[in-house]
Amino acid sequence: MKENIKFVQGNEACVEGALYAGLEFFAGYPITPSTEIAELLSYRLPQKGCRFIQMEDEIASMSAIIGASLTGHKVMTATSGPGFSLMQEALGYAVMAEIPCVIVNVQRGGPSTGIPTHVSQGDVNQARWGTHGDHAIVTLTASNHQDVFAMTVEGFNIAETYRTPVILLFDEVIGHMRERLVVPVEGEIPLVQRLRTAVNEGVDYHPYLPREDGRLPMSDFGDVHRYNVTGLFHDMWGFPSDNPQVVHDLIRHLVDKINNNVNQITNFKSYYLDDAESVLISYGSSARSALHVVELLRPRGERIGLLELQTLWPFPDQLVRRTCEHAKHVIVVEMNMGQVLQEVRRVVDQPRKVFLANRIDGVFITPRDIRNIMRLVQGKGV
Amino acid sequence: MGKLKLKEHVITREWCKGCGICVHFCPKQVLELDDQDKVFAARREDCICCELCELRCPDLAIEIETEQGSE
Amino acid sequence: MAIKDYIRERFFPHIWCPGCGHGTVMNSLLRAIESLGMSKNEIVMVSGIGCSSRISGYVDFHTLHTIHGRALAFATGVKLSRPELNLIVPMGDGDALAIGGNHFIHAARRNIDITAIVMNNRIYGMTGGQFSPLSGYGTMATTAPYSNIDHAFDTVELAIAAGATFVARSTSYHVKQLSKILRDAILHEGFSVVEVLSQCPTYFGRKNRLGSAVDMMEQYKNDTTPIGSKAKKENPDLIERGIFVQKEMPEYCVEYDKIIEKAMKGN
Ligand SMILES: Cc1ncc(C[n+]2csc(CCOP(=O)(O)OP(=O)(O)O)c2C)c(N)n1
Ligand code: SF4
Ligand SMILES: [Mg+2]
Repeated sequence: MKENIKFVQGNEACVEGALYAGLEFFAGYPITPSTEIAELLSYRLPQKGCRFIQMEDEIASMSAIIGASLTGHKVMTATSGPGFSLMQEALGYAVMAEIPCVIVNVQRGGPSTGIPTHVSQGDVNQARWGTHGDHAIVTLTASNHQDVFAMTVEGFNIAETYRTPVILLFDEVIGHMRERLVVPVEGEIPLVQRLRTAVNEGVDYHPYLPREDGRLPMSDFGDVHRYNVTGLFHDMWGFPSDNPQVVHDLIRHLVDKINNNVNQITNFKSYYLDDAESVLISYGSSARSALHVVELLRPRGERIGLLELQTLWPFPDQLVRRTCEHAKHVIVVEMNMGQVLQEVRRVVDQPRKVFLANRIDGVFITPRDIRNIMRLVQGKGV
Repeated sequence: MGKLKLKEHVITREWCKGCGICVHFCPKQVLELDDQDKVFAARREDCICCELCELRCPDLAIEIETEQGSE
Repeated sequence: MAIKDYIRERFFPHIWCPGCGHGTVMNSLLRAIESLGMSKNEIVMVSGIGCSSRISGYVDFHTLHTIHGRALAFATGVKLSRPELNLIVPMGDGDALAIGGNHFIHAARRNIDITAIVMNNRIYGMTGGQFSPLSGYGTMATTAPYSNIDHAFDTVELAIAAGATFVARSTSYHVKQLSKILRDAILHEGFSVVEVLSQCPTYFGRKNRLGSAVDMMEQYKNDTTPIGSKAKKENPDLIERGIFVQKEMPEYCVEYDKIIEKAMKGN
């Protein structure tokens, strides 16, 4: 039992979660602050007979995990801003070709090389729209190591369920901070395994024809069904098509399979929201400071609560709208110039009551930073 | 057992794009393009079954079918 | 099996222009595979983007048509995760050596068991005739209207320098040699590179006034010579054909298996 309790970095919690979820193949390229994930997996994966490869860059890493996913393996890569930028074209390929895979982005400050060893949450919109063309995407995040573990497992489960890439958007503070992690025993968190086709050899198999429940059974490269995988618009066999109906139906399918399941994909935590007049909305490491503020002010009689988002994309419109319905003001706490703020303003009834408490200087946002802004919002002065 | 001899030039007309590679490189000038720019065996009796037309065809449009010749 | 058993007949006639060498490369490749008696289920073809890359749609293997330049990186993931599969990666000259140049040298360096085929038409065919890193000094292209000042790579020398353990060159004219070389390349355990000179009459031919596909193949016949031939000594401008390198070196997936063994022993 003791073995299951660890004192680790967030990056290590992510590794533990990935291995628990059944990770079998990792390809990556070193970059601060995600590098420990690659280092640990180069050690751990071969111990269970699985494979690690350090590729020549992040484009290659993303490409390699897609290849390995097609042979029937659970796959992951990990990076940070500059590497995540490089991955975007292949990420779009994974969306189009419906390849289950997990991409970890431990955020640092950008743009460009930015501020490698400092925290930021500036890649929220890049996760959403980094690759070109209309599409839907799943992005999860977490504010503590137990949740990093849980969201990593959840990421693999969603990737397999919906045949989609899933982005785990952590940040430098979470990645490098050390805290306790209790690794659940086997079976404690349910795992979604690769859904493989039951169609026999010689019978026509459609890799891109959804079942009634929306899932698309796969066939491993090397097995009896030979089909085509392409980033071009394609028919249900995977062959290129520019038939307007096929193009229309495919893009609808790619978007709908995610957006129609927002409720299943949404993960969140709520603290003291029932009667909250001040609603804080936060995610990732900044949610720690937000929670601190809530727990400080509650005993003083302030009706304040926190909605911690763990699924950032698809954005949980309804959840946020409902949560903010009766609030006097809503304060979005994040370490960027208002990327989730925009979303919250988009979905609430009164956008003018939504404010931003942020930091964009590479320094972790503190409870004091949040309180200073709250006093302004509440008209109390600083 | 006799030598392999020509049975037929099997030509998939719809695949032939009339590039003329087989016609030009046939060592015995067996092949020609017709008025629709599709290949046909104009002098099949001269064919030596070297299969070079088949091997070079970019469109997989021509095959040399052979049979066992009688002694 | 006959050659037609290896193709997806319903997509023929294919998209390549009349006389395009890429069709002949496919023809030779299928013959090589047929002569080896390989099962279609044990072959994965991975390609990038370009006229050349469209080959993957026509062959009845597991086929992965990816993004421009990255085919070898995708193929590396397929191979390392399932080493028993045979990986064949046909690429255009731009695909392999411009945008994909980095993946090319690194796959060679690792000596991972993949058969890389560079279908060299010295031009970007798919995008309509821009110069490629193999066009060479003095050639004409839509993006080199005053003539090209970029020098060309020598694919063979590059592959050798990067560590490929099988390196060969042939042309769409020399189909018997080409088929044989492709066969040897597939059999080779390690990273193999086969450069095939493959005519693009539509763009490279037209832009450089080289005549028809037939004329361009005549040039392949006249401008190339077997490796180390007397003709080469007399005329150094001739391009050599044949197998330049064929050596045994530890293969990447085999090496990784040893890592697994070590890790599992707890060393
Ligand atoms: C990232 C990216 N950049 C550019 C392109 C456009 N593009 C498509 S094919 C191609 C070049 C094709 O030339 P080559 O690789 O030599 O193949 P060929 O068509 O000549 O067989 C280019 C530049 C692309 N698809 N993706
Ligand atoms: S443009 Fe050139 S390379 Fe492309 S199909 Fe036509 S002849 Fe072949
Ligand atoms: Mg080219």
